[in-house]
Amino acid sequence: MTQTTAGRPTNDPAQRKQRAQIKARTLRTDRWWLAPAITFAALASFLVYGLWAIFDKSYFVEPYIAPFSSPCLATSCPEGARFLGLAPFGDWWTLPPGILILGLPAGFRLTCYYYRKGYYRAFWLSPPACAVAEPHKKYTGETRLPLIMQNIHRYFFYGAVLIALVLTWDAVLALRDENGNWGHVGLGTIILWINVVLIWAYTLSCHSCRHITAGRLNHFSKHPLRYKMWTFVSKLNSRHMLLAWLSMYSVMIADLYVRLVAKGIVNFPFA
Amino acid sequence: MGYKAKFRIWRGEGGEGKLEDFVVEVNEGEVVLDVIHRLQATQTPDLAVRWNCKAGKCGSCSMEINGKPRLGCMTRMSTFEEEETITVTPMRTFPVIKDLVTDVSFNYQKAREIPSFTPPEGVKPGEYRMQQIDVERSQEFRKCIECFMCNNVCHVIRDHEENKAAFAGPRFLMRIAELDMHPYDVADRKDSAQEEHGLGYCNITKCCTEVCPEHIKITDNALIPMKERVVDRKYDPLVWLGNKIFKRTGSSGSTPSKTA
Repeated sequence: MTQTTAGRPTNDPAQRKQRAQIKARTLRTDRWWLAPAITFAALASFLVYGLWAIFDKSYFVEPYIAPFSSPCLATSCPEGARFLGLAPFGDWWTLPPGILILGLPAGFRLTCYYYRKGYYRAFWLSPPACAVAEPHKKYTGETRLPLIMQNIHRYFFYGAVLIALVLTWDAVLALRDENGNWGHVGLGTIILWINVVLIWAYTLSCHSCRHITAGRLNHFSKHPLRYKMWTFVSKLNSRHMLLAWLSMYSVMIADLYVRLVAKGIVNFPFA
Repeated sequence: MGYKAKFRIWRGEGGEGKLEDFVVEVNEGEVVLDVIHRLQATQTPDLAVRWNCKAGKCGSCSMEINGKPRLGCMTRMSTFEEEETITVTPMRTFPVIKDLVTDVSFNYQKAREIPSFTPPEGVKPGEYRMQQIDVERSQEFRKCIECFMCNNVCHVIRDHEENKAAFAGPRFLMRIAELDMHPYDVADRKDSAQEEHGLGYCNITKCCTEVCPEHIKITDNALIPMKERVVDRKYDPLVWLGNKIFKRTGSSGSTPSKTA
């Protein structure tokens, strides 16, 4: 039986209603602000880079296409950059073609369960860290618009799978040289392949993917194949945060590298 | 080697009170609860603290040590600098009875609001047949020692007392997930998780997981899977359409029976 040593607690229910009236926002003595500050800086730098990249026109140089602008689906795309040679959006689309597909990867990361934790803490301070009071007077969480829309994450997951397939195709095409001969491996090819592996790992480690494989079932024993998939995805899922950061930086580095090659800033023989 | 440690401890009843300073002897291998007991024995015989097993398994000595929810019996003094002042306060989310002892009856109330395990009609205790892989997922949640530190640290009620009526807290949303994943539970828990127990309030900032002394992955293994199950029921048009076309009644596989 639990013991309550010393002191005689009050039996007056009215006196039990108040929590400790501690004025301090937190009594934590560690550097609790460091993690949200780093998250803020990292996510903000990604947003700034993304904004620049989406309007930058140097997104293609044989045999590489920058991931932020792929698939290229408008007539304004250089011929070799068009996905499977197609330009379904025609010539009426005059804005940067990257905007056409931006919504899928952006929506996937925006509604991702890990990134939600990251930006709720770092940007919205809700809460900034555990046991540190948030500044907002009211809180309704994800019970109403707009945050209830976070529940469509699984649809962005399906979209993210399509984007991962496109990036895989781009990495395959990067095995050709500028004349179309197979067998080329430049630094860009290696960077694009590392990126695509990390993108797949992040995409498949998604909590929605885990649910779809078999998480929604209560009888794993009746679905052994799905259970195996769930076990595999669960292992990846335990590293979802790490994969989110690695893939975010890999796609940024791959994108920047292709643009630097396209601009001629990087022009060594094995580029 | 022993040394004199500086402690600041919340003293007071019913919420009113203040932090009081103490200097107290600390010996090698001791935990915070040991030091509080020495304070009781030598300086403050009326200091109230709830405790029991001193082994991190009863969940009684939940408190906040330097602002972080911790078990007093599992927080080693060797993790602090000798010159550091250690602040000990009661759990902030619950009303204070006296000093470090809080009234955690909010949690018992929330526990009562969750319908208990509901087996299918006609299946009696002793007739359940389950394979290990069907139950091991929810067995993780059975490790809970009910220290209530997850509910204490959750900002939904820690920073917003007004949400207490609508939000069961991570401890009991995990209980709902445990039952919903049970192969023999047939109660409909998805709608109620969202509408009655406030699953939508959770913004998955994972503080519950961070403070759990049993290292249960509350967010990743209970709350997020439960959110996904709610999406199946309430927010996914394709699942809804599939259920209509194939006349499925549930989203969790076949209905259990005696031969399940």
